[in-house]
Amino acid sequence: MNTLIFRTVAPFLTALMALFSIFVLLRGHNEPGGGFIGGLIAVSALAIFGIANGISAVRRALWFHPMAISAFGLFIACLAGLMSAAFGVPFMTGLWVYPVVLGVEIPLSSVMLFDIGVYLVVVGAITSIALALEAGDDT
Amino acid sequence: MEFPFVLLIGLFFAAAVYLMLSKFLVRVLLGVVLLGNGVNLLLFTNGRILRDVPPIIPDGHDVPATLTANPLPQALILTAIVISFSFFAFLLVLVYRAYQDLGTDNGNEMRLAEPEDDPLPPTGY
Amino acid sequence: MTADTMGLTFLAFCLPFLGALIAPALTRLLGHHAAWPLALVPLAVFFHFLGFNAEIARGEIVTGGYAWVPSYNVSFSWLIDGLSLAFLLLISGIGALIVLYSGGYLKGHPHQGRFFSFILMFMGSMLGVVASDSFLMLFVFWELTSITSFLLIGFDHAREASRRAALQALIVTGGGGLFLLAGLLLIWDVTGVTQFSLLMSFGPELRTSPFYLAILFLVLGGAFTKSAQFPFHFWLPNAMEAPTPVSAYLHSATMVKAGVYLLMRLNPVMGATPAWETILPAIGGLTLLVGAVLAIRQTDLKLMLAYTTVASLGMLVMLTGFGSEHAIAAAALYLVAHSLFKGALFMVAGLIDHETGTRDITRLGGLRRAMPVTFLAALLAALSMGGLPPFFGFLAKEEIYAALAGGSLRQVAFTAAAVIGNGLMFAVAFAVALKPFLGAPTQTPKHAHEGPALLWIGPMLLAVTGLVIGLFSAVAHVLLTMPLASAISGAPQTITISAMPHLSLAFGLSLLTVAFGVGVFLMLDRARAAANRLVEDIGWGPDRGFDQGMTGLVRAASAISRLVQPGRMETYMTATFTVIALALIVPPALYGEWPRLPVWPAGMPFHELAVMVLAAVGIAAVLMANNRLTAIVALGIQGFCVALLFLLFGAPDLAFTQFMIETLSVVILALVMTRLKLTPRDPRPLREKIPDGAIAVACGLGFALYLLKVTQGRFDTALSDFFNLYSKTIAHGANVVNVIIVDFRGTDTLGEIAVVMVTGLAILSIIRIRKGRVSP
Repeated sequence: MNTLIFRTVAPFLTALMALFSIFVLLRGHNEPGGGFIGGLIAVSALAIFGIANGISAVRRALWFHPMAISAFGLFIACLAGLMSAAFGVPFMTGLWVYPVVLGVEIPLSSVMLFDIGVYLVVVGAITSIALALEAGDDT
Repeated sequence: MEFPFVLLIGLFFAAAVYLMLSKFLVRVLLGVVLLGNGVNLLLFTNGRILRDVPPIIPDGHDVPATLTANPLPQALILTAIVISFSFFAFLLVLVYRAYQDLGTDNGNEMRLAEPEDDPLPPTGY
Repeated sequence: MTADTMGLTFLAFCLPFLGALIAPALTRLLGHHAAWPLALVPLAVFFHFLGFNAEIARGEIVTGGYAWVPSYNVSFSWLIDGLSLAFLLLISGIGALIVLYSGGYLKGHPHQGRFFSFILMFMGSMLGVVASDSFLMLFVFWELTSITSFLLIGFDHAREASRRAALQALIVTGGGGLFLLAGLLLIWDVTGVTQFSLLMSFGPELRTSPFYLAILFLVLGGAFTKSAQFPFHFWLPNAMEAPTPVSAYLHSATMVKAGVYLLMRLNPVMGATPAWETILPAIGGLTLLVGAVLAIRQTDLKLMLAYTTVASLGMLVMLTGFGSEHAIAAAALYLVAHSLFKGALFMVAGLIDHETGTRDITRLGGLRRAMPVTFLAALLAALSMGGLPPFFGFLAKEEIYAALAGGSLRQVAFTAAAVIGNGLMFAVAFAVALKPFLGAPTQTPKHAHEGPALLWIGPMLLAVTGLVIGLFSAVAHVLLTMPLASAISGAPQTITISAMPHLSLAFGLSLLTVAFGVGVFLMLDRARAAANRLVEDIGWGPDRGFDQGMTGLVRAASAISRLVQPGRMETYMTATFTVIALALIVPPALYGEWPRLPVWPAGMPFHELAVMVLAAVGIAAVLMANNRLTAIVALGIQGFCVALLFLLFGAPDLAFTQFMIETLSVVILALVMTRLKLTPRDPRPLREKIPDGAIAVACGLGFALYLLKVTQGRFDTALSDFFNLYSKTIAHGANVVNVIIVDFRGTDTLGEIAVVMVTGLAILSIIRIRKGRVSP
């Protein structure tokens, strides 16, 4: 698999897939998609990158430890749930705001924050599993 | 429409059980994967099969315009897929590490926790 | 009962437990002198209950208590009548002396504080047993005495013999307690009352109930184990592993009498039936003879006394069930007399052991000069035990013979048993009281000299009490024994016997007993040899049976474990899936709830069918692949087919997820599997293939039938309708599946992503274990 073409294309492919994964994540509320699917697409992107350039490259590219990303995702998801406490409504109640940026109304919600948390958990946990398995006895 | 699904699911379960009855852990692992898929299909079929219309509400409507597929089993299955993958990965690593330490994937040869000639517990006071 | 006395009585029941709480600290502070302040606890209890004496002697009953669990009609309530009062006074009075005795006996022992604590706890439990009005309270205190007795017998827990004796006593008496609980619950069921004070008027109902025999056997199961009746007598001699104060207190004067107490308590409502008057005297008489013969056999002072205690308990049970008025009076007299002289003799035995270093009667002799006070106490107690006038024991024995003697075969048989038993006990009593003190002084491990006052004050006081009661019997009868006998029989009783010998049949039997006893005493060595021969000829006893039972229990448990958990995963899996298959197939077969014959859907497009067939082919390939790597690749086929099916049937979200997961699974599997140097083939022999295949087919069939039945049923769309209706209007999302995941069922999803993360952590740590790295 370590062909020149693959190694050349892989970073671009990865970037493209990562971008696509975020797109899938964000549109998930109204079209097919969401945190789980988006996260899995991102993991695939990283897997391709890893196969092409080695796992140390993936670790460098991620900057954070994948488990830390996963934990941060769980933290965000909890935060999204707990935000409702500030408004005196039950845990996990969806909260929506519609700020207008540059003349475009952008719907933001605690639900979306929660979905981002799901995304990060999936990306972090599964990437860390894949990396650990790929690393195998190397280290 | 459910009947072909029923047959397929029966096959999934039978194959999964057959694989899990093997003493080789890799086969058991494959059985677990098949079982996960079988259960997901079972849930899906339990919610009744409806062809081709995803449960997405079109623009300009507040409720689905036509009869759509049942969204509830889909939501259940979506998370189930991810969880069963995690479970599968965990089992895989267990098998892998067991192989590294014990040199076999035959469950019957792994007797570290339950030795074959376990002595009788002490009968004194 | 006024509120004040009620509070004080409650305090009296709590006081021993409070004392147990402070005993260790107090002992650390004062050393063995802590015995003096701690003895005030039972003394205070003693005088509190002595205050009820006048009321009880008038024939009144004192009750009181507090609600405990009102919803179950359970109360902490007490009932004090002549029976309870006699026990309460014995327990607290002897208890005070025992605490003092322990102070001297265990002087300098590192755990003396703990010992005081246990003894006081036991005292509190025992007071509770004899004063309980409520059944449940009786049971709780009953088991508490078993537990504290366990702690006390095993006090010297470094020795195996102690541990064995403690466990044995706990199993026998604690197990008996469970029988008692069952019996009490049955009584509750039959009569509808949970208190002894109310039970007293339910005698006829209880005796005529169809459950009477069951109740009787259950109650006897509790009483006979606690009071060491044959064949449960074996734990009592073994309990002599305990320090002597424990033997004197629990295993002669108080705890072992709990069973007798229970029988006496129930005598008014359960007695006077053929079963009662057959079983009790028969077992009691047997125990009397067995205990007396085994006592002769021993050379250890404590063991001799222990077996005579077994014999005495047998005597008490025999009298309680004998069924004549004199028998009840005799039981009342003997109960009190026995507690006094046996407690004293045990303490003497401990005292001799403490001062000389041995308890073996063949190695002791000539101590009368070195230990004159002890000798006096021993002699006084032995005279009472031997039943010589004017001691209390004499009164009891006269009354026993008056009760038993008669012309019928039954009376003759039990009289003979009593004469033999009493004669043997007479011999043992004087063997204990005379042999160590008379004759030529012998060499003992320690240089013998008189013990400190803490040690001889107890036996002396008890022995003297035996004499005083004998001399002033008229007063004692009014104050103590007549109310006691009245409570046992359930009707007022009069006792007139006095220490003045008078010519009668009973006196003649007494003379016979003494003559027999003196004869055995003079030929003790030969009698011992004869008893030894007898026991060796039998060769097996319940004590050895207990060991065999315990070993058998361990073996059986281990064999069952090995049968159920052979350590073979196949066995577990086979069992699991067999049960699943049966659970799916048997119920519809039993109730005829099979699904209707399905029809193949008309107009199914070719591509849908093709995907399904492809999935089936993928599965078949997984099954048939000889090589594991081939199987893994084939696994991908069915996964992608499932994803396609989701896509075709209106679930794009699922399809995408399944695609991604399936890709990752195959990649990871291949990644790992290429690293394992597995044997290329893992064949399954045919003799495994067939049963495995059968189970697999049964499971598959079961699930298919179940699913078919479900899909043929009515479908409740309420939940799905709810989500469809509110997905956009409330949750502002058009993708209903996603809205359910992140909004409606968000808390579920939170749990699920937590699981995903924890799995990641687990995998990481499993991989890292071998690498021995702590952190990345």
